Amino acid sequence: MDVKREDLLQLYYYLKLTRRLEDRVTSLYHQGKILGGAWTSNGTEAVSVGYGYALERNDIAAPYFRDMGVFLIRGISAKRIMAQYFGKKTGVTGGKEGNIHIGDLNFGVFAFPSHLADNYPVGTGAALAFKIRGEKRIAVACTGDGGTSRGDFHEGMNFAAARKLPMVFICNNNQYAYSTPLRLQMNIKDIAERALAYGIPSKIVDGNNVVEVYKAAKEAYEIARNGGGPTFIECKTMRMHGHSEHDSAKYVPRELLDEWKKKDPILNMEKYLLENTISQKAELESIDSRVKKEIEEAEAFAEQSPYPEPEDGLKGLYATPIAEE
Amino acid sequence: MREITYLEAIKEALDEEMARDPSVFILGEDVGVYGGAFRVTEGFYEKYGEWRILDTPLSESGFTGAAIGAALVGMRPVVEMQFADFISCAFDQLVNVAAKNHYRWGAATPIVVRAPYGGNIHGGAFHSQCIEGFFFNVAGLKIVAPSTAYDAKGLLKAAIRDNDPVIYCEHKYLYRRVKDSIPEGDYIVPIGKARVALEGKDISIITYGAMVHTALEAAQALKEKGISCEIIDLRTILPLDKKSIFTTVKKTNKVVVLHEQTKTGGVGAEVSSLITEYCFDYLDGPIIRIAARDTPVPYSAQMEEAFIPQVKDVLSAVEKLIRY
Repeated sequence: MDVKREDLLQLYYYLKLTRRLEDRVTSLYHQGKILGGAWTSNGTEAVSVGYGYALERNDIAAPYFRDMGVFLIRGISAKRIMAQYFGKKTGVTGGKEGNIHIGDLNFGVFAFPSHLADNYPVGTGAALAFKIRGEKRIAVACTGDGGTSRGDFHEGMNFAAARKLPMVFICNNNQYAYSTPLRLQMNIKDIAERALAYGIPSKIVDGNNVVEVYKAAKEAYEIARNGGGPTFIECKTMRMHGHSEHDSAKYVPRELLDEWKKKDPILNMEKYLLENTISQKAELESIDSRVKKEIEEAEAFAEQSPYPEPEDGLKGLYATPIAEE
Repeated sequence: MREITYLEAIKEALDEEMARDPSVFILGEDVGVYGGAFRVTEGFYEKYGEWRILDTPLSESGFTGAAIGAALVGMRPVVEMQFADFISCAFDQLVNVAAKNHYRWGAATPIVVRAPYGGNIHGGAFHSQCIEGFFFNVAGLKIVAPSTAYDAKGLLKAAIRDNDPVIYCEHKYLYRRVKDSIPEGDYIVPIGKARVALEGKDISIITYGAMVHTALEAAQALKEKGISCEIIDLRTILPLDKKSIFTTVKKTNKVVVLHEQTKTGGVGAEVSSLITEYCFDYLDGPIIRIAARDTPVPYSAQMEEAFIPQVKDVLSAVEKLIRY
């Protein structure tokens, strides 16, 4: 599969945007400007950018919390995302939710529940709806390695497989579920083995290579779109920060991080673009300046936006409110 | 008008809604080819085909989650829990996903979960539970529990058309034991509205589900002793129809709260608290709760009968309170 130059540059742009946005969030978190916590995808950005970019406009993404790239690619602006982190009224959820708990049906993105892999069955439901209605749309759901031990991971995959739904499952295998390494999570070498049990074909890709993730996702989406049923894609990568930004991740051996640092997905992509003379340094730098500007504007927008009123917290419980006489 | 059972009323509501709206579909265990463990969806498979009445793997969390996802993209799924007891396996999807979607991120989740619940059928601990209490504390859900065939149909239609997740508690004991004359064709019973099942002036019995019939039987016996009972059938458990509750309290000034669910932390506890909080001055005596004993549902008929509130329990509570 050939990937067009403009798509490669867009992949690069979204990698940069994701990294810079989350880096800024991390700084703001340490400055105490962001309440609660800050979970980032640092080191694993190629996963969300790759599978997010491969989607068609009408498809549905049911992501998890290291999937910032998906939100941005689907069209949820950095401004609204930054305002979300600040708990502002202009944030994606108007302050009802924080940080990465972003969802917007206008952009075909389901919000993620913290109970990992919950979105495997939920995403499967969107695929079921498409199948029932005979629409040529697909859904994709993602979780981390940790989530693959939960029941919903298995129940979602099994149902999608039994009904041959237009569904694709992504796993961001970043090797640690919070502090627990893979060897204590499961007794298998590859998470992809789990898909085998459901009769779902799987693919293992370098999760630090955005082009590889993109191609694998695109291919899986086309199979799903054409009635071929679900595919499972395991993206092997490494979480380079703690579980959340409060966590220094001392439990991760230094050598492991050093080894993965060399495989950074953004450096990888730069190297690829330059070595294959797809782009030049000046062009990449101009993309980066655009990204920087976008993040600065997003932060300014978030800073200047109003907070919600305490009473706003009582609104929106029901979609069909009970009529009071 | 014609007479149909509670079960037939549920079936009619499903059939009419599926015929009316192509986005309505059913999923659950054995609902398709077999027609459901209680035969509620018998004949649907032939009529609607395997993509509108879906037999699912045995995985309540999986198919409830799938219903949620389908609802998010415009469908109106009706999930059948084979027995309400199994809803515990879908607790996370209902409580953390369905209930919170609209509040958290503005996404309506119009799903109905049919929960065949309740005892008196010798089903033991895993086929007899009242599950409304598990979800009563969850903001964002709606819970309904009809006691008549008329309400069973009207509330199910309302639930399917509602844009929020609704847990529809259908009492297994009533399936073929309760019949009503109901009109032909379409009608709705609004969610959030209780009804006066029996008008009276001396004492109020606030109840729902199968216990409405227990209360009616008790009221008949009490009438012969000159005691006039008013029976409020809550119909919707969440959110409670406070107005109807307060109206009856202000009228009779004496209240018995009756339910089949276990007592501690149950719906009755909330009803009692609401009354003491907002209608204390109207009370002429303590509120008495009659509820199932705080144990799992026992199997043997002797123990199950002692577990579930009986007419005699209502009689003694009312007679005690009337003398107060």
